Amino acid sequence: MKRNLPLLATGAILLVLFGAAAVAYDGFLSSRVIVNLFADNAFLGIAAVGMTLVIFAGGIDLSVGAVIGFTSIFTATLITGRGLHPAAVWPMAIGLGAVLGALMGTLVHVYRLPAFLITLAGMFLARGMGFWLNTESVGISHRWYDALANFDLAIGDAVHVPAAALLLLGVVLVGYVVGHHTRFGRTLLAIGGNEQSALLMGLPVGPAKIAVYTLNGACAALAGIVATVYTSSGNASMGIGLELDAIAVVVIGGTLLTGGRGHVAGTLLGVLIFGTIQAAILFDGRLSSWWMRIVVGALLLTFILLQRIFVRRKS
Amino acid sequence: MKRHSSLLWLAVGLILLVAYNLVGNPAFLKISVQDGHLYGVPIDILTQGSRTMLLALGMTLVIATGGVDLSVGSVVAIAGAVCALLLNSGTSLVVTLAAAVGVGALAGGVNGTLVARLGIQPIVATLILMVAGRGIAQLICGGQVIIIDRKSFEFLANGFVAGLPVAPLVVGGLYGLTHLFLRRTAVGLFVEAVGDNETASRFAGLAAARVKILAYVFCGVCAGLTGVLTAANIRAADANRAGENAELDAIFAVVVGGTALTGGRFSILGTFLGALLIQTLAATMYFRGVPPAVAPVPKALLILAVSLLQSEKLRTWIASHWRRKEGAV
Repeated sequence: MKRNLPLLATGAILLVLFGAAAVAYDGFLSSRVIVNLFADNAFLGIAAVGMTLVIFAGGIDLSVGAVIGFTSIFTATLITGRGLHPAAVWPMAIGLGAVLGALMGTLVHVYRLPAFLITLAGMFLARGMGFWLNTESVGISHRWYDALANFDLAIGDAVHVPAAALLLLGVVLVGYVVGHHTRFGRTLLAIGGNEQSALLMGLPVGPAKIAVYTLNGACAALAGIVATVYTSSGNASMGIGLELDAIAVVVIGGTLLTGGRGHVAGTLLGVLIFGTIQAAILFDGRLSSWWMRIVVGALLLTFILLQRIFVRRKS
Repeated sequence: MKRHSSLLWLAVGLILLVAYNLVGNPAFLKISVQDGHLYGVPIDILTQGSRTMLLALGMTLVIATGGVDLSVGSVVAIAGAVCALLLNSGTSLVVTLAAAVGVGALAGGVNGTLVARLGIQPIVATLILMVAGRGIAQLICGGQVIIIDRKSFEFLANGFVAGLPVAPLVVGGLYGLTHLFLRRTAVGLFVEAVGDNETASRFAGLAAARVKILAYVFCGVCAGLTGVLTAANIRAADANRAGENAELDAIFAVVVGGTALTGGRFSILGTFLGALLIQTLAATMYFRGVPPAVAPVPKALLILAVSLLQSEKLRTWIASHWRRKEGAV
């Protein structure tokens, strides 16, 4: 019960925010708006699930936004420019993301370098490589892309769930199982709680740390692919600043940034809170987009202070 | 000993970079006098690099206390927005400068309180202002780029005094003052003590929390002044672009300069050289025709190289390898 307190708080805030928006704006409380909360934030959510696992282990990855940008332009260049099939390009893109993640994880673990600095270098590297491929946006038209864009799962007559939303739910489910119901997930939490103790307990600290950065790289690349489907194009400037949103969403979801405690499901709630604020600002029409940043900042502050109180009381 | 070795590496790197430039462009180091003031690539590097240098100066102290300040880029944007707001409503330059510095100090105070009094991780505590700060700057600017038409303001970034560029003079002066203040008084020692071992320094009777807060306030003031220089340089407040990724360059300059991210010993001179290296690298890429968008790649490689050089593990490995070879001979 107590373990789930942050999760409950996040859920309550989501309900309050959504309720307030539903009262304030006509038509906000509709299945379309709710489905779009998932679909529009699918790539943020997928990246945030990977980030959650990294943060479980007390790490951080600043490169996810840049990896999304790189994957986006990489995919578009190969499909449109070289005429390759998406079925061949997607695994390559995910593989590249995983390799970059593995490299960063190795540097962080083997050479005991600060994750913050190494993933910063990864961010510069991925962003620069993306722009090196193409500084312009590249459109994608392919049968598979059209099919994905038109695909939706009808639940009853009114609700149509698009592919991106389904994929987000799938990734959250996988992340939940990996994070909370596998040995790997428990190892990550143990590392985040106290790396020294985890090592003394005989847990595979090194392999787990490298694996989680690898997994996160793959997640970011997958998010990049979802972004190409969402926009039917690739753009190297995709996902600028997204790493901050992802970290914010994870924290709002009740995961401790010091590691050792957290919820993958909370991250999904965080993404929905983020999406609700964005949708409300869009619905209002008078509020400018910068309120988004201010509100997210205020929410971050609230949650961090709450976590602080929560942790202090426990110790 | 170790302190000097990292400075030495930095100087070697800088000399190599300049030598590389001299091969392709023999006039790289040439300084001439035009229209009564100095002119040339080194002057450009100092003038354009002065902003990163100033940010890195404040960041040095924060990192020395074992923290980090991610919000400086957003504070740069806020300070620029405040300058535009005040100057365009007819406020005097002195009051405007004071306001920009005050905004910076306030931001630093908030960060410092969150870190030192509430015990929040520095990355997280300053992330809040990093996210919200840019929104606040956009709110002040109303989402637009505001042109600032005031000669005396632009002079701060692009002017010359007795033939010398103003911005590097101001920043150089601040470096000198900070160095004297930290090394001639005990404050520098306090900062290093808190960064090295906070608990121990508290037991030794140091007001560790106060030292930390002051470091963040100083960093905020530097960011506020950088905001002034940034806005003055382009004669406008741009809430979206001003100070974008500036925190990364500043942190990078500090780390390259030999101050470890874990806190403790710091080097003001190292930070200066680190910022100089970054700006020289930027100039190099400009002259070599590397598109600005691709410029992050060499920067990333430099960060990786420097981080690896500083890694204790790699150092020991190289040292043991070296010794084994010598023994064989």
